Amino acid sequence: MRNTGHDQQRQRTLWQRLHIDLPLLIGILTLLTLGLFVVYSAGGQDTAVLIRHAKRVGVALLVMLLVAQFPPLSYRKWAVPVFILGLLLLIAVLLFGHVGKGAQRWLDLGITKFQPSEIMKLVVPIMIAWYVSQYDLPTKISRIIIAFILVLMPTLLIAKQPDLGTSLLIASSGIFVIFLAGASWKLIGTCVGIASAFAPVLWMFLMKPYQKQRVLTFLNPEQDPLGAGYHIIQSKIAIGSGGIHGKGWLQGTQSQLEFLPERHTDFIFAVFSEEFGLIGVSMLLTVYLAIVMRGLWIAVHAQHAFTKLLAGSLTLTFFVYVFVNIGMVSGLLPVVGVPLPLVSYGGTSMVTLMAGFGMLMAISTHRRFHV
Amino acid sequence: MARKKRVAIRDHSAEANLFARRAFITFISVVVLCLVLFSNIYDLEVNSYDKYQTRSNSNRIKLLPVAPNRGLIYDRNGVLLADNTPVYSLEVIPEQVDDINKQLAEVSALLEISQEKQDKLLKALKSKRRFKPIELYSRLSEQQVSLFSVNQHKFPGFFIDARLKRYYPFADLTTHSLGYVARINRKDSQQLEKQGLAENYAATRNIGKLGLEKYYQDILHGTIGHQEVEINNQGRIIRTLDFTPPIPGKDLTLTLDIELQMVAKRALSGKRGAVVAIDPRDGGVLAMYSNPSFDGNLFVHGISSKKYKKLLAPSSNKPLLNRAVQGYPPASTIKPLLAITGLEAGLITAETEIYDPGFYQLPGIETKRRDWKRWGHGKVNLTKSLEQSCNVYYYDLAYKLGITRISQMMEKFGFGDYTGIDIHEESRAIMPSIEWKRARYNQSWYTGETLSVGIGQSYWTVTPLQLAQAVSILVNRGKIKVPHFLKASSEARSSEDASGAAKTVVTEYEVDEKPPITLQNPENWQLVLDALHNTVQKVGATGYNAFKGSTYDAAGKTGSAQTANIGQDEKYDATKVQENQRDNAMFIAFAPFENPEIVIAVAIENVAKGGGASNAAPVARQIMDQYFGDRKIISSDKNKHPLHSNIYQQNITTTAGTR
Repeated sequence: MRNTGHDQQRQRTLWQRLHIDLPLLIGILTLLTLGLFVVYSAGGQDTAVLIRHAKRVGVALLVMLLVAQFPPLSYRKWAVPVFILGLLLLIAVLLFGHVGKGAQRWLDLGITKFQPSEIMKLVVPIMIAWYVSQYDLPTKISRIIIAFILVLMPTLLIAKQPDLGTSLLIASSGIFVIFLAGASWKLIGTCVGIASAFAPVLWMFLMKPYQKQRVLTFLNPEQDPLGAGYHIIQSKIAIGSGGIHGKGWLQGTQSQLEFLPERHTDFIFAVFSEEFGLIGVSMLLTVYLAIVMRGLWIAVHAQHAFTKLLAGSLTLTFFVYVFVNIGMVSGLLPVVGVPLPLVSYGGTSMVTLMAGFGMLMAISTHRRFHV
Repeated sequence: MARKKRVAIRDHSAEANLFARRAFITFISVVVLCLVLFSNIYDLEVNSYDKYQTRSNSNRIKLLPVAPNRGLIYDRNGVLLADNTPVYSLEVIPEQVDDINKQLAEVSALLEISQEKQDKLLKALKSKRRFKPIELYSRLSEQQVSLFSVNQHKFPGFFIDARLKRYYPFADLTTHSLGYVARINRKDSQQLEKQGLAENYAATRNIGKLGLEKYYQDILHGTIGHQEVEINNQGRIIRTLDFTPPIPGKDLTLTLDIELQMVAKRALSGKRGAVVAIDPRDGGVLAMYSNPSFDGNLFVHGISSKKYKKLLAPSSNKPLLNRAVQGYPPASTIKPLLAITGLEAGLITAETEIYDPGFYQLPGIETKRRDWKRWGHGKVNLTKSLEQSCNVYYYDLAYKLGITRISQMMEKFGFGDYTGIDIHEESRAIMPSIEWKRARYNQSWYTGETLSVGIGQSYWTVTPLQLAQAVSILVNRGKIKVPHFLKASSEARSSEDASGAAKTVVTEYEVDEKPPITLQNPENWQLVLDALHNTVQKVGATGYNAFKGSTYDAAGKTGSAQTANIGQDEKYDATKVQENQRDNAMFIAFAPFENPEIVIAVAIENVAKGGGASNAAPVARQIMDQYFGDRKIISSDKNKHPLHSNIYQQNITTTAGTR
């Protein structure tokens, strides 16, 4: 409150009035535009697919602008009730949810189908950031444990659907908050130790057969080249055959002749690499890195612990998308259903992501007026 | 809330520093992870580029073999004997069909295909690879093709394949010489593999199984072509990248004359037997027909077991057997050759006479061998021995020659060995000798058997083809031209000059010759030939009736072979013995007597009445009548190649039949 009068006298740019962070917007628009081209190519040059994608991009941009208008500190008073509501919805999904693609993820609301796990992608970091930022940093161990439990609840509920990709993203969004809040290195070491000890238990009791199969396939895709290994082998062929310059837009044989599965969704990076080669990949990675840099810059320059932690978590979770998707498509990681952010075709996750960027923009542009 | 108080006392700059440090650490981690991603992609796109480029191409580029068109076969006058006609078959790729049982039932209902056949197909489908097209029904009618085409959208994965298949317009008329093609089976594949031809046959479905189709398989087949195509993940062809056209097989022109074949068929109808006609000037086979015959087209599409059983049934009289190349006792037809042998050995001359009392007795042996004429021929010299077919003359001659001299000379005339004709089905038949009997029965030779050999009986068998060849050698005065069907082969080649227009290159067949038979006194050839001339030209001679009233000058010799042992004193009566023990009728002939153009050998099994003169000779007569006649049947329109034998059947009854 103390600086308000002074700052309001300073010249505010048009972008700040609109609550838009320009560098972030440029990065996002670059990726979205690229996405339009790649989706067109990957979707078999079907304009209907392209138009549907473009509409979703438009909706997502509007959502981002809308979210950016709310002062970020105001999220705090919604954190607890929305978190509890989210948990209840996740339980409801497990009990009454709509089954699609072999997993229970949707709640049928009559008008539209609704995926509560998407909301939790935003609610969890807000909740944890709110909880941690109430107290002095670095956070005490006892509070870290409570924070962990808070993260674990939605994570496990979503893993049970089963949706390994989303539960992974939600768990990391919470853990990033805890890490950024200054959890001691000793604790981090211990946790990593426990996690690795827990891995066999996870393998034996918690993972579904298809999830185990994915891991086995990841370890040796050539074992079953026409079955479980098919996706990853075809994906690597697509990427590898792109070479330095790529085969050219719409010229990728792996994608155009449909050897590559899930072309316009999870495996769109393979289409991109095949058609634009190493040069294209370098540029894409640079844009992602720039967005992450800008996100972290916003976080560091945020003036409240809550907004710092939230901005940091959102940015890093965005990078987890990138890393997990590219890692899995290029054979570094097992296949988990995570799209390539802002490029892949797909509605809900893009809206969620853009809402997250809306929050980042809010944090970036509201910071001087609402502390 | 208490929070506000806490905020007030918080050390903001310390917290900001802590956060900045953590943010920096995470940023470094992000950069490192980006580098990990980048280096992995670099490895894929740069280091392993060649490997993945190859795999990408092998995903999408397929080399499809394209079968060459099989060469056509024509008769000597350019009449088409073996054609390639389009056949439509319904095929399916099981991988692309959701519910094969249901779809198959629907498609079968549409095309009116029997339930029985469907069940068989379903069973067969289970054992096949799912990604390759499988032939469901071959030979769809045009109506079925159009019915399916209209409804094709209802049956994804099903399609109609048009392919050229062999068709023999003259059906059974040409089967024993042309043979037929049929589906390549496992044995054929192994054979092709061994010969290193498997690659050239990658797209070929049928292969010559019999006759000329088998003998000239390599020439008729041609060279495989390739289509390089781009396919999608469904295996559907997107576009053709490159095309190397196949080189069609060479067309064959035969020495065979389809008119003579038709006359031969008519002449042999209702009889079991065979006729071979050869042009002695070059050894070309003018006609070869074995009755009963069968339709080779049945095998092209895969014969049903029911039809096959019918062919094998005893009542069908073994149509699969090519009697023209199976052994028969030659009987008296080889007497002229024995006469040559006797003359060459110096045992007889033209003037040598014996007395025939109606029987022959070996010195010191009681058993009498009867002549066919009970009261005997009286005084007989060489010419009369042939004119009258006197057995006693040849008993005596054979006795004097002995089996060794006989078999040595007869082997020179080609008996007991393959003639080398260009079909594989030939039998060597049997030219008995002391060594042969030792090897075959482990018995010594009896003089009595030599006497039987003297009249073309005992173990001696000859094929009608061998007989025709022997007569050819006789009329050629010892020159041996290997009999053959092929007259010329032709292929279309792009010409050397710039125009590149295709022209037809014809390669004439080179006649194979064997070392000739030379006689010490070549006059003896003429002596025997004159006697054969007399045999059909002289009133009262055995073959006189055969060519009575013909417009050309023929010569020949009759023969009747016993097929069962008849006691020497029993009288043979055809009506009293079982059908399959009745005599065989044999006949050889050639014409014109000066400079012969055609040599014929006829064999007819188990005739009801009479012998060679009344049963076999008319067959030769009809063929020669056709050969020397005005050839009205089809020669008037050589360019017209009727596609069905029925047309010819009509021709033959309306035109030839009235002559």
